Amino acid sequence: MATIGIWIETEGGKVKEANFGVITAARGGGGENTLLALLLDGSAEAAQEALAPYGVHKIVPLTAEGADLDQSPDARARALAAAVEKLSLNALLGLATTPGRDLFARLAAYLKLPLASDCISVDVARQTVCKSHFSGKTVATIRMKASVMLCALRPNAVEAQPAAVRPEIVPLTVTVQDPGRVRVLEVRKAGGGKIDLAEAGIIITGGRPIGSAENYKILEACAQALGGAVGASRAAVDAGFAPHSMQVGQTGKTVSPRLYIACGLSGSVQHFAGMKTSKVIVAINTDKDAPIFEKCDYGIIGDLFEVVPMLTEALTQK
Amino acid sequence: MKIYVCVKHVPDTAANIKTAGANGFDDAVCKFIANPYDEYAVEQAVRLMESQGGEVVVVSVGKEAAMATLRSAMAMGATRGILVTVESQFLDSEITSQALKAAIEKDGKPDLIFTGKVAVDTEGFQTAYRLAEAMSLPVVNEILKMELRDGKAVVEREIGGGSREVLEAGLPCVLGATKGLNEPRYPKFPDIMKAKKKEVKQMTLADLGLSAAAARIELVKLEKAPDRSGAKIIPGPSREAAQALVHILRNVEKVI
Ligand SMILES: Cc1cc2nc3c(=O)[nH]c(=O)nc-3n(C[C@H](O)[C@H](O)[C@H](O)COP(=O)(O)OP(=O)(O)OC[C@H]3O[C@@H](n4cnc5c(N)ncnc54)[C@H](O)[C@@H]3O)c2cc1C
Repeated sequence: MATIGIWIETEGGKVKEANFGVITAARGGGGENTLLALLLDGSAEAAQEALAPYGVHKIVPLTAEGADLDQSPDARARALAAAVEKLSLNALLGLATTPGRDLFARLAAYLKLPLASDCISVDVARQTVCKSHFSGKTVATIRMKASVMLCALRPNAVEAQPAAVRPEIVPLTVTVQDPGRVRVLEVRKAGGGKIDLAEAGIIITGGRPIGSAENYKILEACAQALGGAVGASRAAVDAGFAPHSMQVGQTGKTVSPRLYIACGLSGSVQHFAGMKTSKVIVAINTDKDAPIFEKCDYGIIGDLFEVVPMLTEALTQK
Repeated sequence: MKIYVCVKHVPDTAANIKTAGANGFDDAVCKFIANPYDEYAVEQAVRLMESQGGEVVVVSVGKEAAMATLRSAMAMGATRGILVTVESQFLDSEITSQALKAAIEKDGKPDLIFTGKVAVDTEGFQTAYRLAEAMSLPVVNEILKMELRDGKAVVEREIGGGSREVLEAGLPCVLGATKGLNEPRYPKFPDIMKAKKKEVKQMTLADLGLSAAAARIELVKLEKAPDRSGAKIIPGPSREAAQALVHILRNVEKVI
């Protein structure tokens, strides 16, 4: 039996859905572990509500004395570090989102503990994780030899399983000394409140043949019908059809949605490096010999400009 | 300015990885390159040197073959190199960062240290942070933009959903580069020839008083990632195929 902390990532005060899978991973096969949800921000009551169906035992909102957590990434890491020690955690898990992997790397460096980032599975009892090596071409099993296991999980890699427990709220105040090394000057919010690609459960991606930024509207309509997000290949980003924040792959985002629809993508190794662990992969391509058809689950041989609108139509028909 | 850039010699992202034994791979049969993110780091450092003077020292912890990556960074304009030789491609990042720190401190006083955002072989995402913490320096990773202002680095990074954050870090600091920061140059033939003559200091882990045996991460197994067996092609004209796909996704795969 272990006491496991889970750093809960919030967005606009709300608990992100991708956290639920991390909780399932932390619970372990037999559900024998005690799970504490650690909050650096957001409302404890909202977290209590959101997390109750997934088996967390306590909600621990952290109050940091002596530092401004919004202004300093180091202060956030040190607040978590203090909680790890005060709560005598055996492991701390969280999401390997952009903020998450930064937070865990700072924490691991500060605590001088080993860290496994972007894991696709974790076994706390055995202190092992599985994660990608070599751009998704191999899977490494890693054993961590440390008093506290630190592990950041790829969003959506572990499917959330319900396990109802009514968690109690147990606030914790920690003293934090911010080294004052890095300061946040400004946050520029992207408009539209779009789901971050890395956390989307469904993604539809357009490659080079999309031809213009305007044409992404076809994919956006389909994404809306699916409740998903839109991605792009590097070829499309480099051609100026989409911003880099939409790029999936080796030099873009790593995603692991339950459904990935690739429209007009050849299936390059570098693109697959970023989406190979998706649950179901569908390709739409005009070329029946396109390499992508060898690497996905379902294929439609056809022109994306024709097939995608029909897919949208089929999705909206009851 | 004295700028250090940490670079790693890694298998080409397009290379086929042949696993060997329980936890190894055959590095003799795969092409190696400079870690792609490190090229953005080298480019940024060289541009700063070109505008402000000083030198760029590239540092690598790796096998002997990593010399090729140092040479390619020097062909891009780095002044000289340092190679800390190790026996394995899979050195614990705690030890890597200690080796980088020791090698840099032995060589000089940095004004700035660059790394790539992540090494694409082990995808560890932590060496830059450990290096910075060990040297008590600020660190910001995944930077897309930077400028120097009043002895500080002002940098920008993406924080998800297309939102960005602007941060300030005093110099010296450690900055991790990602795609978008710049367009790395392609070295010309004369630059490649010149790079062959540039100085590279070489040392071992033991020379720095370190040992790989202290690792707290053990690579137990390295396996080929499961491949899909190939697509089930949904036949028919576009409309029928689209409808059939929706049916499958809803009722068979249950993902929508
Ligand atoms: C270091 C490095 C890092 C990289 N990182 C990334 C990365 O992060 N992400 C990434 O995506 N790539 C990355 N790449 C680039 C990668 O190698 C490929 O060049 C790129 O992914 C190709 O994009 P694409 O599939 O959109 O285009 P293409 O390879 O041009 O493929 C287009 C496909 O669309 C099909 N097609 C054409 N017209 C239509 C139509 N009307 N309808 C349907 N299908 C059509 C064609 O048959 C073809 O198969 C990287 C490369 C390197 C060297």
